[in-house]
Amino acid sequence: MTDQTSTLSASYPDGGAPRAKPFVMRHPSVLIFLACLAIFTVGVTILSEGFGIGVISTSFIKTLGKTLCLCLVALAMDLVWGYTGILSLGHFAFFGLGGYAIGMWLMYERTRLIVVDSMANAALPPTPQEISDGIATQIFGVVGASEFPPVWATAHSLPLQLLAVVLLPGLLALVFGWLAFRSRVTGVYLSILTQAMTLALSLYLFQNDSGLRGNNGLSGLQNLPGVSAPQSVVSMWFLWGSALALGLGYVLCAWVVSGKFGSVIRGIRDDEARVRFLGYSVEGYKLFVFTLTAVIAGIAGALYYPQAGIINPAEIAPIASIYLAVWVAIGGRGRLYGAVIGAAFVSLVSTWFTGGQAPDINLGFYTIHWVDWWLILLGLSFVLVTLFFPKGIGGIFDIIAERRTPERHGADLGPDQGSLREQEADE
Amino acid sequence: MTRILCTLIASLLACLATLASAQDDTATDLSEIQALLQQHREIIEKSSRTTIQPAIDALADSGLPAAREVLEKWQAREMWQNEETGLFYFVEEAGEDADGEDLLKLFDIATREELETVLEDDMDQLKPNSGIRALMGAALVRFQLKDPSPIVRSGALAAIERDAEESHLATLRAAMGEEENAAIQARMQRLERLLTIRFGETDEEKIEAIESFHGDLGVDVRATLNPLLATRIMAAEGEVPEDPALADELKAGSEELPYDEAYRILVSNDLAPPLINRNDQKAALIANIDNGKVAGIEVASLDTDTARDMAYDALVEAGTVNAAATESEIDDILANFSFYTVYTATSPQVALAAAAALQSIDTTVAVNQFLDLTLDALSLASIYFLAAIGLAITFGVMRVINMAHGEFIMMGAYTGYVVQQIVPDYTVSIAIAIPAAFVVTFAAGVAMERLVIRHLYHRPLETLLATFGISIALQQLAKNIFGTQARPLTSPDWLGGAMVINDVVSISYIRIAIFVLALIFLGVFLFIMNRTRVGLEVRAVTQNPRMAASMGINPDRINMLTFGLGSGIAGIAGVAIGLYAQVTSELGQAYIVQSFMTVVVGGVGNIWGTLLGATLIGFLQKFIEWFNPSNTLAAQTYMIIFIIIFIQFRPRGLIALKGRAAEA
Repeated sequence: MTDQTSTLSASYPDGGAPRAKPFVMRHPSVLIFLACLAIFTVGVTILSEGFGIGVISTSFIKTLGKTLCLCLVALAMDLVWGYTGILSLGHFAFFGLGGYAIGMWLMYERTRLIVVDSMANAALPPTPQEISDGIATQIFGVVGASEFPPVWATAHSLPLQLLAVVLLPGLLALVFGWLAFRSRVTGVYLSILTQAMTLALSLYLFQNDSGLRGNNGLSGLQNLPGVSAPQSVVSMWFLWGSALALGLGYVLCAWVVSGKFGSVIRGIRDDEARVRFLGYSVEGYKLFVFTLTAVIAGIAGALYYPQAGIINPAEIAPIASIYLAVWVAIGGRGRLYGAVIGAAFVSLVSTWFTGGQAPDINLGFYTIHWVDWWLILLGLSFVLVTLFFPKGIGGIFDIIAERRTPERHGADLGPDQGSLREQEADE
Repeated sequence: MTRILCTLIASLLACLATLASAQDDTATDLSEIQALLQQHREIIEKSSRTTIQPAIDALADSGLPAAREVLEKWQAREMWQNEETGLFYFVEEAGEDADGEDLLKLFDIATREELETVLEDDMDQLKPNSGIRALMGAALVRFQLKDPSPIVRSGALAAIERDAEESHLATLRAAMGEEENAAIQARMQRLERLLTIRFGETDEEKIEAIESFHGDLGVDVRATLNPLLATRIMAAEGEVPEDPALADELKAGSEELPYDEAYRILVSNDLAPPLINRNDQKAALIANIDNGKVAGIEVASLDTDTARDMAYDALVEAGTVNAAATESEIDDILANFSFYTVYTATSPQVALAAAAALQSIDTTVAVNQFLDLTLDALSLASIYFLAAIGLAITFGVMRVINMAHGEFIMMGAYTGYVVQQIVPDYTVSIAIAIPAAFVVTFAAGVAMERLVIRHLYHRPLETLLATFGISIALQQLAKNIFGTQARPLTSPDWLGGAMVINDVVSISYIRIAIFVLALIFLGVFLFIMNRTRVGLEVRAVTQNPRMAASMGINPDRINMLTFGLGSGIAGIAGVAIGLYAQVTSELGQAYIVQSFMTVVVGGVGNIWGTLLGATLIGFLQKFIEWFNPSNTLAAQTYMIIFIIIFIQFRPRGLIALKGRAAEA
């Protein structure tokens, strides 16, 4: 992973500029993060059932793998919200689209193998049409159809579906972003518009005739077609894949937000009009970040859902995207590690509380079941974080590093109090 | 005239007969009606639906005054027959005799005069089955149509409407002349025309009746006309032949006539060899596998349709299976034939007239459906307006985005539910619930403004997040308190039901009430904003808080009041929405995106904009649904996409603020 970083820093466009230190050295947090991620991955591998001593159960490995994917999408959210100031309530839709894209191939291929297997002993060898009909009946019987809808045209091909993982969210973000940014929709309006987009997408997928099995969604995704390895091993593969993706995504995001590009997008966040007056194409920058983060979200989704095993339209509902914003806000906006910490912390704690593992508290007259009260706790803590700790958990690191928010002599801190604008500009 | 005369004479005779029998108890000569029944004794005793008709007809046509009663008693299984003499009597139960045998009291069927009391064992009850009773009912209609009571007459009309027969037409025509009640007369005339269409003798009178129904919305008219248009699909080699009954030409492979259907018609007319589908072909091939080969072709190579067709043809040549067309040959065969439909139910002229009438009816129906749709859209618009008006205040006037607005709606609905638990009278409870909901949500809104929002002015994105946190917490809290299942909020009886304008257009009273409520809200809002001191101060604070403050207005207090007002209105909207939707903890969530859309589309900071936005979105959604009525999900999807595109052209909404107010 460190190799990857050095390659990236070598190809850094401003490499010729008078900068003595390489990219990683100028951003020690990247190195620290990658080291932590590597230690975590190796540690989990050693403790796993598939490759190690078996202290951690396979289902928990999957939870950890999924958490890594959530961290990746939180990174994307941080880039688009914490750094560029676009509060998108649609990035979980991109996440879901990536999941659907890979899920179609997984489901198609696995069903094909089953169908071919079941027809192998028939008196006559099956025709291609018979195989295709068999697969379609298997997949779409649940919504009362027996033919492949047009959207499944490329489902048979893994490379094409992998391309779709990137292209589908990317194109949607590009078109939507272009429409929204060119008409100068900003702030809360943009948030509501992205939420509407998410709602439209999930409502569309909820229909049975959308061609994606309506509210049944795609299922059985945890079984990789043609792979006979047990789930304990497969789950480790996905954990490694997710860790690798997270590491690469972190480096990519850190690279994007450093240097001139990063300064411009932070400028857009703090005062869009001023950046525009300075001659920058604000829309272009925003569109680039929006699309890039959508692609990252799509990749994260493509890694997440094979571990979850099932994807359905409820996953895409607007509420999920808002939770994403919650994670990033609790973790600390405007710092990449903050997003990762927030996503990992909140989603793991959430799993702990809603999974029924948290002990109930008996008050004598009333017993607090955390399954019921967790969301209230989350909602209220969210309000408290917004009100009193705008820097989130990441703010703790500032105290450790003894960094302070620049004193503005009572001036308005702008739309985003959680950022460290002046100091970031110094780096 | 002669008919009436006959009836008169007959009844005179009957009177005489009655007198005669009254004078002489032991009279052996039978009353006329008894004679009539004896005449048909055999089939009455047989009591079969298929053979009984002559007996019923004879009774009904006899014109005897007792005929109606005989039919009614017979139908009610109150007519018995003496086992020995075969005479018919009305009976009444008369208790038991000393030996415990059941006794029956007999009455004469012509005079209703009480006769002797006999043992039940000596008598047979006539037990017509339901089929026969229906025939009697049809026969009785003609008596009922002339009954002095209008209720019986309209009951008879309803019976004919339900189950008409040919004989009713003449009866109805006869009764029409004597009818005095205008409403029943109108109904009779309409029914007469309907029956004429079905049972009329000549085409001319049928066509005349059909034409009188142009543009009529009644379902009964459509039910009468549609069977006339029944067609059968015919096939002919080459061109479509001349046929007076020709209705339409069809193309094989079109929506009305898919290929396999067209081919099936050819096969059933012996115009083409039977089709063998892939499965049967496969079965035939499997049946003829011989030593790993089918007709000399390796089984392993039969993995394409072409190879299987070849193998099957080889089998045909070998004579093992019958020649059959395969699916791939259908097209070639079908190309040689033309398909058309002919009218089968009636003569072509009548069918054409019916088609024309139906077309004009369809036009009227479409117009009325449009009207119905407009009413639907209007009520949806008023719901959106109700849901959005509170938001228009907090978001539009204060520029504070409140994601918990939906939860205030939910809170109002639950307040209504709780009030109904305490106050059982629905009218009173609604009257209490509306102010109660306002108070509860007003307090909640003020608390939220004081505790959270006050600290976040000028940071809209963070307000969005903080209020969202509150929204999650409130939703879960409602779940913890009220459970996840839907709670009913029952509307008072006078709001139940619907206002039916005609067979197509109707609107439920609850929707009218919501529409009225929306209008009241609009009025109240305009009044507060434009005519009161508070409204003036709100507008001042909105435009320039500092200037307002220096004029002696306390912006803090005004903000608090405004927020409370917006939340309170959301609470009332919650009661209204709860009345027609189920109250769940997710009630508000369902409206929040649409509400924001309404405000944004309409234009922020302007109540008329919100009204316009709600109307636009309501109508849009209903009309998209109209194109695809089965799919409200798709309608919502397309509507949101439309709004996203709409924002492109009017980023500031339909009614945009101009000048300095726009920058505030």
